[in-house]
Amino acid sequence: MNIAIVDYQLGNLFSVKQACQSLGYQAEIVSDPDSLRKSDALILPGVGAFAAAMTNLNQSGMKEALLEFAASGKSFLGICLGMQLLFTESEEFDQMKGLNLLEGQIKRIPSDGRKVPQVGWNQIHAAGQPWQGSCLKEVREGEFMYFVHSYYCAPKEPSVVLCTTEYDGFSYCSAVRKDNVVATQFHPEKSAEPGLTIYANWLKSV
Amino acid sequence: MGNVRVIARLDIKGPNLVKGIHLEGLRVLGKPEEFAKYYYENGADELFYQDVVASLYERNSLQDIVTRTARQSFIPLTVGGGIRTLDDIRETLRAGADKVAINTQAIKTPSFIQEAARKFGSSTIVVALEVIRTGGKFLCYTDCGREHTGVDALQWAARVEELGAGEILLTSVDREGTGTGFDLELIREVSRLVNIPVIAHGGMGNGQHAVEVVHAGASALAAASVFHYDHLQRAHRQQGAHEGEGNVEFLKSGRGFGAIQPANIPEIKSALYSAGIPCRFTSTSSR
Repeated sequence: MNIAIVDYQLGNLFSVKQACQSLGYQAEIVSDPDSLRKSDALILPGVGAFAAAMTNLNQSGMKEALLEFAASGKSFLGICLGMQLLFTESEEFDQMKGLNLLEGQIKRIPSDGRKVPQVGWNQIHAAGQPWQGSCLKEVREGEFMYFVHSYYCAPKEPSVVLCTTEYDGFSYCSAVRKDNVVATQFHPEKSAEPGLTIYANWLKSV
Repeated sequence: MGNVRVIARLDIKGPNLVKGIHLEGLRVLGKPEEFAKYYYENGADELFYQDVVASLYERNSLQDIVTRTARQSFIPLTVGGGIRTLDDIRETLRAGADKVAINTQAIKTPSFIQEAARKFGSSTIVVALEVIRTGGKFLCYTDCGREHTGVDALQWAARVEELGAGEILLTSVDREGTGTGFDLELIREVSRLVNIPVIAHGGMGNGQHAVEVVHAGASALAAASVFHYDHLQRAHRQQGAHEGEGNVEFLKSGRGFGAIQPANIPEIKSALYSAGIPCRFTSTSSR
């Protein structure tokens, strides 16, 4: 089975690869559309700026390849910025368009005296879809995951929400699922054993 | 307030974990990967590696240790020491680090912070301040507290945020390794001044110190001696002498701890939790 980690020049791919490896799966770093087409499952990681990421994906032809991959029904996992890229558009800089696999917007976490970015561990709470049958199965309600972000996803359809997180009184969607696409705002590969459980569930379902 | 992070700091010299007082007088304690694994399993929220000689001898010796650690510890890892160029950052991240900490080069060339934040994202760039009280002021030093810069820590902290740093690691060199508690005035002043997270470091000797520093405004706390001595004591009780594994004679005798009361990560978290301070607790950290 070929698992692709999409490289678009942003983010720590090493730890994603290590997480897969620790569970007995060999994932390959992929940066061109042809290699992506040969893959059975895909992880879209990423840390950094939405606009820079979309620009890279547009230039390399990976945007079309990602859309094609999602339409094929094969397993697609987005992480952090990789979750945000799935949505319609971001208000970061000038309303940059995303992949639009999910309807909704990327917005900045309101400051209101909060430290932004959120850097650190926070809890995930059941919301929307049941966790059973998703990659969150066997994860404890209220489990801690590791987050690093200034922006959050606001899905238009409440039915895609898998869990929510509250940061200093501000509640937002921290994971989504729609058909073969699942994505988390937090970094499961940096969230100790509960994070590895998420990877294990997803890899087994591929 | 977000959940307070408890960070295990490991000072590294060559292949060894070392620990000193005021960042000097280093003793070898053992293998960094082995301590890191223990802290990971004990519920550390992050790991912080500092190459304590990289700045002095102009070398980066940490990459292999970083890679071995990243293979077994699935929590964030920050690496500092000898980071001078964008290539150094790229190499350190490629080796498996999630963030880098920069001190000397940031003070030499402040625009380096900006370039690094633009290239790798602010959340990847931690700026480290090593502070010594001098003539009623907080002044920054480089090269593990050896080189005087004359830079005012409060002004520098504000500037570092403007330049795009994601976090500040704030070390009181005066308190480092003493176990007499954090420099609360320093932490309070800097935390009040900046909106980015401040990681307090230097002086933690017990759980009460952790509670005090959070009340002073720290978003996270980093400690070394408290955790290292605890780990060595436990390992020593379990297996008897650690033959050939570092300079542990002083540990067997119990001398050399000063005001430090060895404690593990769950004990520090439980002190925070009892004081009503939110932090991450795990099933493995409740032992």
